Amino acid sequence: MEFELSFIWAMIIAFAVLTYVILDGFDLGIGILFPSAKSEQDKSVMMNTIAPVWDGNETWLVMGGGGLFAVFPLAYAVIMPALYMPIILMLLALIFRGVAFEYRWRTVRWKPVWDFAFCAGSVVAAFTQGISLGALVQGIEVANRAYAGGWWDWLTPFSLLTGCAVVIGYGLLGSTWLIMKTEGDLQTRMRGYAKWLGIATLGFIGVVSMLTPFQDPAYFQRWFTLPGSIFSVLVPGLVGLCTWLLFIGLKQKKEAQPFLASLGLFVLSFIGILVSFYPNIVPPSLTIVEAAAPDSSLKFTLVGTMVLIPLILIYTAYAYWVFRGKVKPEDGYH
Amino acid sequence: MLENFTAETLARMQFAFTVSFHIIFPAFSIGVASYLAVLNGLWLKTHDQTYLFLFNYWKKIFAVAFGMGVVSGIVMSYQFGTNWSVFADKTGPILGPLMAYEVLSAFFLEAGFLGIALFGRERVGNGLHMFAVCMVAFGTLMSATWILSVNSWMQTPVGYSINDVGQFIPEDWWQIVFNPSFPYRLVHMVMAAFLTTALVVGGVGALHLLRNKADAAARRMFSMAMWMLIVVAPLQIVAGDLHGLNTLAYQPVKVMAMEGHYDSHPEGGPLILFGIPNPEEKRIDYAIQIPKLSSLILKHDLNAPLAGLDTIPDEDEPPVTVVFWSFRIMISLGFAMLGLGVWSLWRRIRGRFYDDDLLKRAAIVMAPMGFVAVLAGWVTTEVGRQPFTVYGLLRTTDSLAPIEAPAVAVSLIAFIIVYFFVFGAGTYYILRLMNKPTATSDLEINDGPIRTAQNQFSEKINADPDSGAQGDNRGI
Repeated sequence: MEFELSFIWAMIIAFAVLTYVILDGFDLGIGILFPSAKSEQDKSVMMNTIAPVWDGNETWLVMGGGGLFAVFPLAYAVIMPALYMPIILMLLALIFRGVAFEYRWRTVRWKPVWDFAFCAGSVVAAFTQGISLGALVQGIEVANRAYAGGWWDWLTPFSLLTGCAVVIGYGLLGSTWLIMKTEGDLQTRMRGYAKWLGIATLGFIGVVSMLTPFQDPAYFQRWFTLPGSIFSVLVPGLVGLCTWLLFIGLKQKKEAQPFLASLGLFVLSFIGILVSFYPNIVPPSLTIVEAAAPDSSLKFTLVGTMVLIPLILIYTAYAYWVFRGKVKPEDGYH
Repeated sequence: MLENFTAETLARMQFAFTVSFHIIFPAFSIGVASYLAVLNGLWLKTHDQTYLFLFNYWKKIFAVAFGMGVVSGIVMSYQFGTNWSVFADKTGPILGPLMAYEVLSAFFLEAGFLGIALFGRERVGNGLHMFAVCMVAFGTLMSATWILSVNSWMQTPVGYSINDVGQFIPEDWWQIVFNPSFPYRLVHMVMAAFLTTALVVGGVGALHLLRNKADAAARRMFSMAMWMLIVVAPLQIVAGDLHGLNTLAYQPVKVMAMEGHYDSHPEGGPLILFGIPNPEEKRIDYAIQIPKLSSLILKHDLNAPLAGLDTIPDEDEPPVTVVFWSFRIMISLGFAMLGLGVWSLWRRIRGRFYDDDLLKRAAIVMAPMGFVAVLAGWVTTEVGRQPFTVYGLLRTTDSLAPIEAPAVAVSLIAFIIVYFFVFGAGTYYILRLMNKPTATSDLEINDGPIRTAQNQFSEKINADPDSGAQGDNRGI
């Protein structure tokens, strides 16, 4: 029973983290692409495509952190000190990124400052999230229910690589989101960017996937024994499919297909990481079951979660639907 | 600069700094969210344009304050892990689920409906827009409810057991959520948020009234704020008193520090109005005190014995000086708020409500005092809880993460620089929004319902006669 509850929770936390990655991924991607805006009009259109939803998107990050604290307190207590610097940097970057949404409309003289804050905040947040992922894949040293490493352990060539990968990947999500939400010159340019970002993203997925088994031999084993080997066959095939859909979509000037295909690449990469980690929650040694809070905590939280998450998904979808369609430069400025 | 401090001291400084900054924004946005719901509701009911104008005026201020609250709040949810991971591991099974409920039932609700409340009136219609505004307000109150349950459990822990690895394990969720200090703390904090907002709204109204006594919007907000003050300030004093009695029952040591009672008083304790705490000699210097009044307030009996800090071990004693002063600041401001409310009521009865410039100036002076009182109150209750994180059970020293002092020092400095820069700018923008005139006739076109349309661009568009219509959405 304990196994099943903690497993269900691991799935819920994974779902929250994935939702965060894909939703805030395109938000941060827009920040990353912000310097490519050619005019004030481009900038405002780019920002206005996400202004009504970014706050909800970022809440999934709080859900990931808060949820981990609630149901896997030991994992939370180990990961946070281990990733101290990248996490603090990410939080500071998200502060700059978040306030820029409001501040840039409140000043003329300082608008370039907040535009820079929006872009730099997005880049740093994406980069530190990638570093955190890489450091987690490499493994975190645990002794006596606590982090046992140093405060620079997270900094390695591999984590820097995953940091770059996430920046580029978010850029892809951002550019394909803008293809869907804008038109005219801005959309055309985004199509051009999306092609190169797509190629770069696939390159990074390839390199990171190749290097991952060398971070921990257990990863290798999980991918090449059942049931992991099922994914070894499926995931590359599906990555191929998404790649095809992405580039065909770009070529045929489809509106939503490139974005959906990019989301697919993220979901598949995420599944790949899950397969590598399972049954651990913090590689190389802390398992889901070990890190789980007692059953009474898991049950108490699960009851509300089962009711509230579907509700959240419904009203979040409604908010997206309300703000559906292309963002036009002249909208809202009258 | 910071190399002489231990990781623990630095981590405590960091938490105190980030949480103090953070509490300012929710204390304001809880009140403003409810105020917006009331304004929008009144506009829909009466079709009085002044309400719609005020809604749009405060909406922009709310958006900036809310944004700052969100980003400073995310820091809090991760800091438990980065700096206080032992605390997180031990209390996670109890506090984690409460915080998860806060995220699920409050943060998502606020964030999900905020976009519609701010930009969506024309897209969804007045009815659904009103619903969205109410959901945002409800979300802020839900958030307060859960996080105060968390804090209260740390003050008055019940319904738990401790397992073999030292974790607190939930036994009775009902007891945990509704722990003994929770109802008092919740009522006290929510009323504090309403008072804080009333003082700010009143101050802004007063400012514009001093410039133009006939300003309809300014009159409306000044009047609403002063009504709020005269109703809530007395209730808050009663609630505060009850909260104090609850603290006496469950955390008597904190009350000793608040009262400055170093010594026990077997025949009735004095109420020390002012004095200088002297922690070395364990006494209050230059004390101005009223004999036996403390016993009367706390025990409703002039001669009831009151134990002092001499009855507890030194290592369990909270920092008396801080608690002593912060408590007196809070109380003084509470009575000042009541005074302002009574003054305004008297002026209203005499029919000179909008004529008394001194009252308006007093309202402007009092505008930021709600924030000061909230901070002083939190300092009283949180420093008074020391040296424990979970009262009587888990010491602050034993809650710390295995982090090195330089890491905490660097991040502390980064937080200080970034917070003063970012939130300083935000506060400046809010003050500038508040300083904007309210009663110009063309306001609704240039500056009214459009929250974010960037200024230069909107001016260009406004110059174009074909697109000069008003709108509430940004067409997203």
